Amino acid sequence: MSEYLLEMKNITKTFPGVKALDNVNLNVRRGTVHALMGENGAGKSTLMKCLFGIYEPDGGEIFLEGKKASIHSARQAMDQGIAMVHQELHPIRFRSVMENVYLGRFPGHMGVVDHKAMYEKTKALFDDLELDVDPLALAGEQSAAILQMMEIARAVDMKAKIIILDEPTSSLSDREVDHLFKIINRLRAQGVAFVYISHKMKEILEISDEITVMRDGTYVGTWPVTDANGEKLTIDFIIKPMVGREMTNQFPPREGKPSDEVVLKVENVCSPLKKSFQNVSFELHKQEILGIGGLVGAQRTEFVEALFGLRGIASGEITLSGKTYTNKSPGFAKSRGLALLTEERRATGIFGILPILENTVIANQRNYAHFGVLNDSRRKSDADTECRKLNVKTPSLNTLIQNLSGGNQQKVLIARWLLTNSDILILDEPTRGIDVGAKYEIYNIMLEQIAQGKSIIMISSEMPELMGMSDRIMVMCEGRVTGFLSKGEYSQEKIMAYATQFAGRKDSAA
Amino acid sequence: MANTSRSKRLMTTGGLIFLALGVILYFAKEPMGLNRKIYDLPIFLIIIGICFAVKGFMAREKTEEEAALAGKNLTEFLANNAILIAMLVLVVVICILQPRFMQIRVALDILTQSSTKLIMALGICFALLIAGTDLSAGRMVGLAAVISASMMQTATYANRFFPDLPQVAVWIPIVAAVVACMVCGALNGFLVAKYEMHPFIATLATQVMIYGACSLYFDMPPNNSQPIGGIRPDFAQIGQLRLFSGLWKGFPGISILIPISIVICIAIWFILNKTVFGKNVYAIGGNREAAVVAGINVFRNIMFIFILASFLYGIAGVLEAARTAGATNNYGNGYETDAIAACVVGGVSMSGGIGKVGGIVMGVLIFTVIQYGLQFINVSPMWQQVIKGVIIAVAVAIDLTKYRRK
Repeated sequence: MSEYLLEMKNITKTFPGVKALDNVNLNVRRGTVHALMGENGAGKSTLMKCLFGIYEPDGGEIFLEGKKASIHSARQAMDQGIAMVHQELHPIRFRSVMENVYLGRFPGHMGVVDHKAMYEKTKALFDDLELDVDPLALAGEQSAAILQMMEIARAVDMKAKIIILDEPTSSLSDREVDHLFKIINRLRAQGVAFVYISHKMKEILEISDEITVMRDGTYVGTWPVTDANGEKLTIDFIIKPMVGREMTNQFPPREGKPSDEVVLKVENVCSPLKKSFQNVSFELHKQEILGIGGLVGAQRTEFVEALFGLRGIASGEITLSGKTYTNKSPGFAKSRGLALLTEERRATGIFGILPILENTVIANQRNYAHFGVLNDSRRKSDADTECRKLNVKTPSLNTLIQNLSGGNQQKVLIARWLLTNSDILILDEPTRGIDVGAKYEIYNIMLEQIAQGKSIIMISSEMPELMGMSDRIMVMCEGRVTGFLSKGEYSQEKIMAYATQFAGRKDSAA
Repeated sequence: MANTSRSKRLMTTGGLIFLALGVILYFAKEPMGLNRKIYDLPIFLIIIGICFAVKGFMAREKTEEEAALAGKNLTEFLANNAILIAMLVLVVVICILQPRFMQIRVALDILTQSSTKLIMALGICFALLIAGTDLSAGRMVGLAAVISASMMQTATYANRFFPDLPQVAVWIPIVAAVVACMVCGALNGFLVAKYEMHPFIATLATQVMIYGACSLYFDMPPNNSQPIGGIRPDFAQIGQLRLFSGLWKGFPGISILIPISIVICIAIWFILNKTVFGKNVYAIGGNREAAVVAGINVFRNIMFIFILASFLYGIAGVLEAARTAGATNNYGNGYETDAIAACVVGGVSMSGGIGKVGGIVMGVLIFTVIQYGLQFINVSPMWQQVIKGVIIAVAVAIDLTKYRRK
């Protein structure tokens, strides 16, 4: 028997115009969690897609338990004990949890499904993982965390030897992460191996046994997390090979201060939905970065979407640059100098099948048009300058945006809103799922905009980012503003204290 | 780089060879007695030659990246042009079996027959570009045909739709017919944009309504559902006029439908590629949610899409009535499926956001050429149907493999 459960040797994969993988190696031992790290666009997902049979590698070999494996489809991968839990889960929303778990392999005879057996098997499976979910509940009503664990349960039931987890904690709360880790630990003890893709260093140091780092489609190296002397790796040690340079400062220095001029005043704004944001009030100053902190479900995204005209507002007053503002529509918000970078890049940001050019200028078409007819050369030169300024890495403006890495897509979206020359930029998780290098670039862009007299509202779930970039932090919990923190009094504990001021808890305790 | 300039040179020289060959044959066919064997082949060769030479000469040097991204090997080239190549092979086979096919008159016939189909396809492509469809297109053609024909009968015709109607100016019924269609289009757009109804359902509903309304109108006394005839010649001219006929002996003239459809074609190309509205159509088709966030007024754009499309159907209906000098409420039945088929064969994606005017023109031409050609060599209409279906399936299958990367 081979030392490794999985060996991927010299995997190479080329896409038109891009060498996505160049002789990449990955060796995973039985019963370990193997972290796969690298900036966005480093080729982690592509490598995993090659393993899972979604892509066909151009070169290289895959060995499972020492034997050469041939994997040409996801089905074959699953048959050979490889399971993948994708970053974004797409359950069949209107069917039950158990049907989702047994999708494609319903228990039964001659095409007749045995619902009772399915229920009992699912129940047993969930009990084993300490998951308290009714197998008959609709999948669409479950949280992201439950869906993820449902996928893991499915993998376990399929006797998977290797489970690939792609950014499993990106939408989980701390408690849910703990639960996930408990499950991982239990399965690891049973001999299951995990390939764990994540950007969150702390998590990786906590859960993984070995780390493989990739950069720009190449293999950089593999290190055990705990060395022979029992010393753990440090975060800096991992970042160094990932970016190929030392990261001394995570955040660029902030120069200047916000002015006293108020550009946006929000008073007692309430959502028509009872469970959404209520009585939100704050002032945004010119040249200020106002951070909005909170946990998942704090209704921060809902609030900024309402501000931008994507959702309704039931009551409250908004004053924008001295004039009353109503959130009629995104088009109106745009004309009043607002810009919104949404949280879900793929769903509400990019036009995947359109070129970078169109993606860059789409919000600013009116400025290139005379009676509806566009001036092509001005569109192109503007898009070109903006994309160059933001350092978008692409062969040409005609490249489809879906072929870019997440970080570059995000830069194109920022370029889109910078072109509209808006006074207030609302950035919802601007660096989510983006590599360290691109993050720093985005921070720089933000400060540049501030220096030019713009103001920024930034939602972030990453505490260091929130504290490193904001001039002031507003914390929300369950739709209410629970507190403000000004620079100098930031601490994770204080933010957390505000973020967990649940009203419901007090009521139920009383 | 060498590769691209070589293909450019190849195109230019190839074109010039065709041109030379055409000129030689043109002067040689009479003395060599080839007149009955090659017909107008020399002229076709000259035209093809000029096209290639100009295209090769004008082609802009591609940058290295573009060259790398462009189809570089033969299989890719074949996959990208499979249907076109199949069509060319068929044309050559028909020419060998039936040399009479090589006539200017045949080519003009094919273009004439393509004209209304092209106008329909250009209208329906807007609905397809936003990942929708338009089932009401054919019935709108019928509506426009009946309305325009009903007001355009000669004073002496015995069976007039409006016995007391004076001889109105030609533009009045045309405008009435097109406006009626645009109202129906606005209804389509409203249902789709306001209630986010799937266009399949919305246009299914309007299709049924339009047919019903059109039949009611058609059934009004004294007409009582009789085919409308006795069309005024000045109206019929709009669909029947032949330009430059008798320019030389035996020249049948160019049907007015050809320039009309070319003008519409250029206008639609311009709208899709050079206007804010066109870009918005692609954006809404590419990702509707993102279009909303980008501040595009989706409601207004969708309304405009369906109104513009119905404008084109209206024009097509008027032209049909004029060309055939008559109308019944069954005019245009099933035109939408032909138009959708031509669009998808021309590379328009049913999932929205992908499609070019050039492709649609190609799709329409392919269908007409194949249909006309098969008739020319006496293939039974039943077999023609089978072949048409196969073409749709194969063309779309090949097209989809382009987007699936592995």
